[in-house]
Parts: sequence; C-alpha cells; structure tokens
Amino acid sequence: MTADPSPLAPTSLSPRLKALAPALGVLIALFLSSIVIALSGVNPLEAYQTFMAGAFGGSRQITETLLKATPILIIALGLTIAFQARVWNIGAEGQYHIGALLAGTVALVQPDLPAPIMMLAMVLAGLGGGLLWSLIAGLLQLKRGVNLIIGTLMLNYIGILLVQYVARVPLRDPNGFLPETARFAATAQLPRLFGTRLHIGVLLALLLVPLTYLLLWRTPLGFRLRAVGNGPTVARSVGIWPHRHRLIALLISGSLAGLAGMIEISYTYLRLRPNISDGYGFTGILVALLGQLSPIGTLIAAVLFSALVVGAQALNVTLQVPVAVAGVLQALLVLGVLAGNAIAKR
Amino acid sequence: MPWHQILTLPFLIAILTAGIRLAVPVLLAVLGEIITQLSGVMNLGLEGVMLMGALAGFATTVTLETANLDPTLAAWVGLAAGAGAGMVMGLLMAVLAITCRTDQVVAGITLVLLGQSLSTYFYRAFPALTQARVSGISSWPIPGLADLPFVGRVLFNHNPVVYLSGLLVILCGWLLYRSNWGLLMRATGEHPAAVESSGMDVTRIRYLCTLVGSGLAGLGGAVLTVVQLNLFIEGITAGRGWIAIALVYFSRWHPSLALAGALLFGVADALQFRLQALGSEDIPYEFFLMLPYGLTLIVLASCRLRDKTPTALGIPYVKGDR
Repeated sequence: MTADPSPLAPTSLSPRLKALAPALGVLIALFLSSIVIALSGVNPLEAYQTFMAGAFGGSRQITETLLKATPILIIALGLTIAFQARVWNIGAEGQYHIGALLAGTVALVQPDLPAPIMMLAMVLAGLGGGLLWSLIAGLLQLKRGVNLIIGTLMLNYIGILLVQYVARVPLRDPNGFLPETARFAATAQLPRLFGTRLHIGVLLALLLVPLTYLLLWRTPLGFRLRAVGNGPTVARSVGIWPHRHRLIALLISGSLAGLAGMIEISYTYLRLRPNISDGYGFTGILVALLGQLSPIGTLIAAVLFSALVVGAQALNVTLQVPVAVAGVLQALLVLGVLAGNAIAKR
Repeated sequence: MPWHQILTLPFLIAILTAGIRLAVPVLLAVLGEIITQLSGVMNLGLEGVMLMGALAGFATTVTLETANLDPTLAAWVGLAAGAGAGMVMGLLMAVLAITCRTDQVVAGITLVLLGQSLSTYFYRAFPALTQARVSGISSWPIPGLADLPFVGRVLFNHNPVVYLSGLLVILCGWLLYRSNWGLLMRATGEHPAAVESSGMDVTRIRYLCTLVGSGLAGLGGAVLTVVQLNLFIEGITAGRGWIAIALVYFSRWHPSLALAGALLFGVADALQFRLQALGSEDIPYEFFLMLPYGLTLIVLASCRLRDKTPTALGIPYVKGDR
C-alpha cells in the first residue's frame, strides 16, 4: 500500500501547546454554539446547565451517557490504531453494519443455541463481518491500487443498504408490518451488569481503552504500527513491511467497528432493521481525532460526544431545543479544536 | 420482477424523463467537486454542503413567497441563496484545508456533520418550514422539439434548470480542459510549486475553486428542494453528496463522464422509486441504490487512476515547499 498523502493533526508541537490547543478550541466552540442556541430563543447558560444535568445529573443519566458512548468508543479505539499507522479507514460505518448483519443473521438463523455459545458466535460474527468488509477495501488497495479513503467510503453505503435489504426481504418477519426482522431470542441479548441497565459491552469498551494503549505502546506490533505511521521509508529501513502492517491496522479497526455493530443490535435494537446507527462510524472518526489519537483522550471524547446527545434530549424535553443541537455542538467542537491546533502551530 | 409492467413505452419514457430530472442535483455537485479536486483540494463534505444549500434555498423561497413575491422569481432567488449557502460552507472548508492546513478528510467529515445537524436544527427551530410547500419553476417545453415522438418527451420537456445544467457540462468541459483558466487550475492540483514560481497565487486559486465547487453543490441541494420536491425534510439529500464523490472518481474528473454517471444514478433512482411504487415486496431496489458505489469501485479497480489523479490532491501547499 502506498502512503496516503494526509499528514495528521499536529506533529511539530511542544507538549504544553499541544495540551492547550484543545482547550482553546473548546472555548471557540462554546462561543459559537451559544450563538446557535440563542438563535432558537433560549438562554445559552440555562441550556448548558440543562445539558450537564441531563447527561450527568444522576445514575439514570450517567447510565444513558455510558450506553450511548459504548459503540462510539469501540469504533474510535479501532480507528485510533488505524490512524496511528496513518491508515485512513473512513469505512467504519459500513464495517459496523456488516458486523451487525452477520451477528444478527446468526441470532435469527440459529435461535436455539445455548446462551454462552450464542453470545460467542455473535461476537465472532460481528468481528468477522467488520474484518471482511475492511479486508475488501484493503485488498482493493493492495492489488488494484484503489485509494483506501475512496474504497472504504464506497463500501459504507453498500453495507448500509445490504442491511436494509436483508431485513426487508430474506429475513423479514412474516408477521410484522415494518421492513424488519423478528425480535431476537432472549439468549441473543447482551447480559446486563448487576441489575443495572448497563450491559457487558460497556465493560468491554472500557476494558479496550487500556488494551489499546498496551497494544500501541507496549508491544512489538504496536511499535511497528506506529513506526509505519511515522514514515514508510523509516519503517522499511528497520525491517518493517508497511504493506502488511497497514493491512493489519485496517483489519483491527474494521473488526472493532463490526463488534460495535454486534453490541448495538444485541442490546439497543434486538433485531435487524434499517437505521441501526446514529452515524457512529463517522462520529468515531471525529472522536478518535478529538482524542488526539490517544486511548484516554478517545475515552474522554467519546463520553463527551455521547453526553452531548443525551443532554440534548433533556434540553429538548425542558426547553424545546431541537435534538440536532447535539450534532451542531459536536461539529463546532471539532472545528474549534482543528482551529486551535492550527493557531498553536504558528 | 414484473417485467411486463416495466417493458412498456410509457413506463420507459416516464423512467428516462424522471431519471434526467433526478440526475441534476447530483450532476451539479459532481461538477463542483471536479473543479475543487482538480485544483488540489478534496472536499468530502458535499453531503453537508448540499443539505445547507437545500435548507437555505427552501427557506428563502418560502419567505419570499409568503411576502407575495412572484413564485417563479422567488424560486430563482432561492436557488441563488442555496448556492450562497454552499459557498459559505466552502469558505469554511477552504479556511480549514488551505489556510489552517488541517487534514482534508477530517475537515470534510466535520463539514458533513455540521451541515446535517445545522440544517435539521434550523428546520426544527422554525416550525414555519415544516408545513410549507413552494411552487417551484414550471417546465419550459422547447417549441418544435418538445413535440417529437419519444425524444421530445424525454429530452425537451423539462424545467429550465435541467437545460442550464446540460449547458454547464459543456461549459465545464471547455473551461477545465480547453481554456487557459483550466490549465492553471489543473497545474495547481498537479504541481503547485510550479504555479507559484510562475507568479500565480496557489492559495487564491484553491480558495476560488473550493468556493465555486461548494457553490455548485449548494445549488444542487437547492434544486432538489426548491424545484423538484418543493419541500424540505431533514436529511433530504439522502446520500447524494456521497454519490457525487463516488461519481467524481467514476468520471475520472471529466465533465462528460460525470454527466453519464449522474444520468445512470438518476435512472437507477427513478427505477427504484417506480419499482417500490409497484408494491411488489421482493424487488431488491436497494441494489439499484448501490449501483453508483459498486460501479465506481469496479471502475477504480479495473483501470489504474494514478496517472489521472491530481498529484497534489489532498496535500496542503506550503509556500516555498517543493
């Protein structure tokens, strides 16, 4: 695979400035979003207060925020690995859908599997679906020279539409009115944690944070992946093959996106249907970058992004501000940080 | 497949006519992105740009119609407003990609998120837009030609925006590949240092191309809401921005192939609408929607594009860097 010509975020920054840049960005974002909120006739300060209370005000709110953060976090951690190797996987949305599709197919075709085997089979199907979908883009690049950004991008909508088709025609619930499958058996639902609404996938996502760190900074493979990211020529000169490692990074990120898809359909949706993603694949890209490609940063960014969505729902109920304000704030936040980075670079 | 219902002349005429109409918004966005990319900037934010154009165009038209302006005039002003909104989004992209030298993939995806959420936000925040319908622009049958059998119905019985888009393809083809301007633009995407050393301003050329390109995409969004559907709902572009990006690569940066790709999308889209309307459950209309993406992948995989891709595409230009 050839090097993609995209140099990532800041590389030539002193650590102190690098830490300061996001803070500056957040300030710019807060200022701009205050204007947007004020435009709908609501006091921005009151709105931010409602946001915080809605996202973190109690155990119910925190639960909701963590649940929403889970798929984003898993996808973003995978992309952190890919982006560290400078592999531009823009196809997490499609990989997420194919992961969900295969896991859902397992649950619907083999409903009588005992619970632990069902979970294992679904997890493997989810990982495998994401891996397969990213492998197609990887092979197209390796063998046919198709730009990875474009290849993964094209596969996004194909994946989304495949889920729609399978849920509407071959696996459709014959007794239902909507173009969706029947509900999964109870064995295909993620086990919950200690009587809360949190499920085992939340725990897994949180566990993946240190694991990603260990992989990238404490294993030979992680060293090689980062070396490839720092420059294929350097990597080759110390005996690392960029092609192979770029493909590995791509496949890890694809598998994790597939896993996120499996987790969402075996908890939130419990069936295959259209619209099983809130744009998580694209959000994951922004979260990984907002987290400055560090696992801890990604965790913070994922929780922040999901808090904005959960807080916006509270804002909608109490002050009638449209829920879409969450996306506006997310986008402005990223824009602010991008601008902050640019200013810090001068 | 209900072939007996598809293979009739009236059905065929209806599909082709609708296909040409549906091709226009995507075509405008593809032409815009070709201009942007040839100058060396990759704007992946088209979906967001089109949505903002769609909303701004529709909101402007509704406001002017409410103020008792002539509906046709209101629609034309609305289209201009859509192009303007697209240019504002393009300015944001240009500042990020050219001035701040932010990674263009990241900037583009942020632009999509911004356009999607901002258009939905304003649509929801102003209930007047929810129930509103506009009257759009009525069709102009071309005298003499419109009465021809088959061809007249399919080609010469459209609204003026369709004809203008056709002319724009020819204009773009000439501008990009036959004029000095086009040469300069392509040189900027190919070898910016050479352009700079011949006394031209790379930054200014790229800003201009990004603004014009996004303006066309915004216009495409406005055509969709103001002229074709006469309403706005959230996410109304339904992935057309991504289709446009696929078609840029499908067309290998040539306006004539962009027209072919957009028509293919339009006809596939018209066909899937009709097939859904026929109500038969097992028609895999999703595969028609996949067509532009799948074909683009096949085209990319079967012919190496490296020699066609602008060499400096996606790479920020640093003065004095060569």
